[in-house]
Amino acid sequence: MSTQDHYCGAQLLTKSLAELNVEFIFGYPGGSVLDIYDAIFQQDKVSHILVRHEQAATHMADGYTRATGKTGVVLATSGPGNTNCVTGIANAYMDSIPMVVLAGQVPSNLIGGDAFQETDIVGCSRPIVKHSFNCRDVNEIPNVLAKAFYLAETGRPGPVVIELPKDILNPNVKVPFHMDKTPHIRSYSPTVKGHGKQIRKAVESLVNAERLVIYSGGGIVLSDCSDTLTELVERLNAPCTNTLMGLGGISGLHPNFIGMLGMHGSVEANKAMANADVILALGARFDDRVTNKVEKFCPNATIIHVDIDPTSISKTVNAHIPIVGYADTVMKQILAKLDAIGHQPNSDNFAHWWQQIEQWRALNSFSYQTDAEKIKPQQVVEAIYKHTQGDAYITSDVGQHQMFAAQYYPFKEPRKWINSGGLGTMGFGFPAAMGVKLAFPEADVVCITGDGSIQMNIQELSTCLQYNLPVVIVSLNNRSLGMVRQWQDMLYDGRHSSSYMESLPDFVKLAEAYGHVGLRVDHPDQLDDAIKQALSMKNRLVFVDVLVDETEHVYPMQMRFGAIDDMWLRKGEKV
Amino acid sequence: MRRILSVLLENEPGALSRIVGLFSQRAFNIDSLNVAPTDDPTLSRITISTFGDDQVLEQITKQVNKLVDVLKVSDLTERQHIERELALIKVLALTSRTRTEVARLSDIFHGNIVDVGKQVYTLAIHGKADKISAFIDALRNETDIVEVVRSGTLGIARGEKALSV
Repeated sequence: MSTQDHYCGAQLLTKSLAELNVEFIFGYPGGSVLDIYDAIFQQDKVSHILVRHEQAATHMADGYTRATGKTGVVLATSGPGNTNCVTGIANAYMDSIPMVVLAGQVPSNLIGGDAFQETDIVGCSRPIVKHSFNCRDVNEIPNVLAKAFYLAETGRPGPVVIELPKDILNPNVKVPFHMDKTPHIRSYSPTVKGHGKQIRKAVESLVNAERLVIYSGGGIVLSDCSDTLTELVERLNAPCTNTLMGLGGISGLHPNFIGMLGMHGSVEANKAMANADVILALGARFDDRVTNKVEKFCPNATIIHVDIDPTSISKTVNAHIPIVGYADTVMKQILAKLDAIGHQPNSDNFAHWWQQIEQWRALNSFSYQTDAEKIKPQQVVEAIYKHTQGDAYITSDVGQHQMFAAQYYPFKEPRKWINSGGLGTMGFGFPAAMGVKLAFPEADVVCITGDGSIQMNIQELSTCLQYNLPVVIVSLNNRSLGMVRQWQDMLYDGRHSSSYMESLPDFVKLAEAYGHVGLRVDHPDQLDDAIKQALSMKNRLVFVDVLVDETEHVYPMQMRFGAIDDMWLRKGEKV
Repeated sequence: MRRILSVLLENEPGALSRIVGLFSQRAFNIDSLNVAPTDDPTLSRITISTFGDDQVLEQITKQVNKLVDVLKVSDLTERQHIERELALIKVLALTSRTRTEVARLSDIFHGNIVDVGKQVYTLAIHGKADKISAFIDALRNETDIVEVVRSGTLGIARGEKALSV
């Protein structure tokens, strides 16, 4: 074998990433990973995106993954580089996003000695990863990577951390490349197919239901089976609600879609859940932001719970018919069974139930009052929808603006709504938008954010300039931490403890300082033009700072410790 | 209710910490824990004794099973099983009367005197947890206990049923 066929550890790493079809690595260099950076420099298959903070790298990889379905890759140096990744890893873990984090480490002989920039990243990240590897031998690198991707992507997806001590990357130690691309892990084999007996029981419940609701979550989006979900919904003529993570799982314009459910969900979705006699839960985990008080949750419903992760089933809400398997496979099994028993699709199915739901719909729970002088945050989201025709990728940060985006922008397709669901990470939206823009440079990518959230990763404006990532940032600027303030209004007699943001920067000038375009909008009459203008500037990042009414609350809202449908319709008005 | 879980997992660095970490992060209780490689050096076996109702135990079992390193999990309390614990007990043995009493108790409980010092005896005993506790109490009535070290519970199913790959 010629020396050409031998590679050092760092080269094995880049070669492995190329073999695994990785397009981008999001990262930041440092002492322990300089050999990797040198190897990246000497190849052209995998591009490296230099961020300004490692947390942003993880969110960029995350956004890229949510939009494309391809596993995002992060590279960070030992110590602070790795610890900066922790929030992004946790974020990916909570929302089941496949991610591989290449974590540099001090040389093996220094590990455990409190060396410069040493942190036990495998230990730090243990509760928030699907799995992690301590890679200790240069020869192992390709197979550890193949295993990491396999684990990240299959079963319930999630982040995987690989610790790489500097000495195994040494440019002077060269070994042949060998990778087993279809790794076998004897202790790991996710259940794909639903159990036949449970499928039979589920179908029996579905065809005998009088008040059925299909409740679907992020699992439908992550496993790309929206078409199958839509087919099942139409086949049964069932009402379908999505979780925050599941929006786009069925088109937001579909007549059977009854809106998001949960804390700020639509009245019809939460009422339908509360009054259902059968609930078919697909790739959703009964998050507490959905159920409200578990003891009062849908007491009369038979719950069929389909999930790839057995731990999600009966974790918070007891499932009467548990089905472990891939959502797509299980839905197809259900459809086949419906065929087998001769169940006919019928638009009259659930006629009474639909009449009841239409009455709840008529309450129009997403209505709001406009004001001639003040911009309502809901108007901003509606303007973005109008000018993108609902075709843009929308990323959001966390807070009131996130809920307004979820409520007022109907998502027609999956993977177009990118937000931090489980962890609720402020600072997620902007870097996530950058990851999406890298994947789809021609698409409109809009980050809906707030004056609080955007400041948590605002340094990435610099990265956008370097790589020409013309995302549109729309900040619903209410000079406060809006959701905190809302809770303080509702639950703490209006005592605004540290929810007011004093000394905000001038975001227009800030955008300009980073080499971008800034627009300020402070009157309802300017809103439409500004959004249109921002979207028309295809080659420039535009930061639209919209000064919105700071007193606006997100409604409807579940009452604390109530049933799923105990809600405030608007201020002082119960449903 | 007390439960005994047997876990078969890869004998790899970090595998144990994942299990222990899972218990603490999900607020599950660990009463005792035992871990060692099996006859197959690539496999470790853990015996965990814990407390919880059926629902808690179901979550514990599922969560442990979900760990990538874990091959099998079995709830021994569900079926006929054998459980053992080992204890090493150091007691003061200053007078000949105490020495005789300690030796007599050791005989009754089927323990062994494994070390004899100038002033202390060290005893070894194995059996079910309550037997060991009874032995320690009996010793305490006769003399002063200097030190006790108890292993966690080990368990294995009775009969043909085996936890193996």
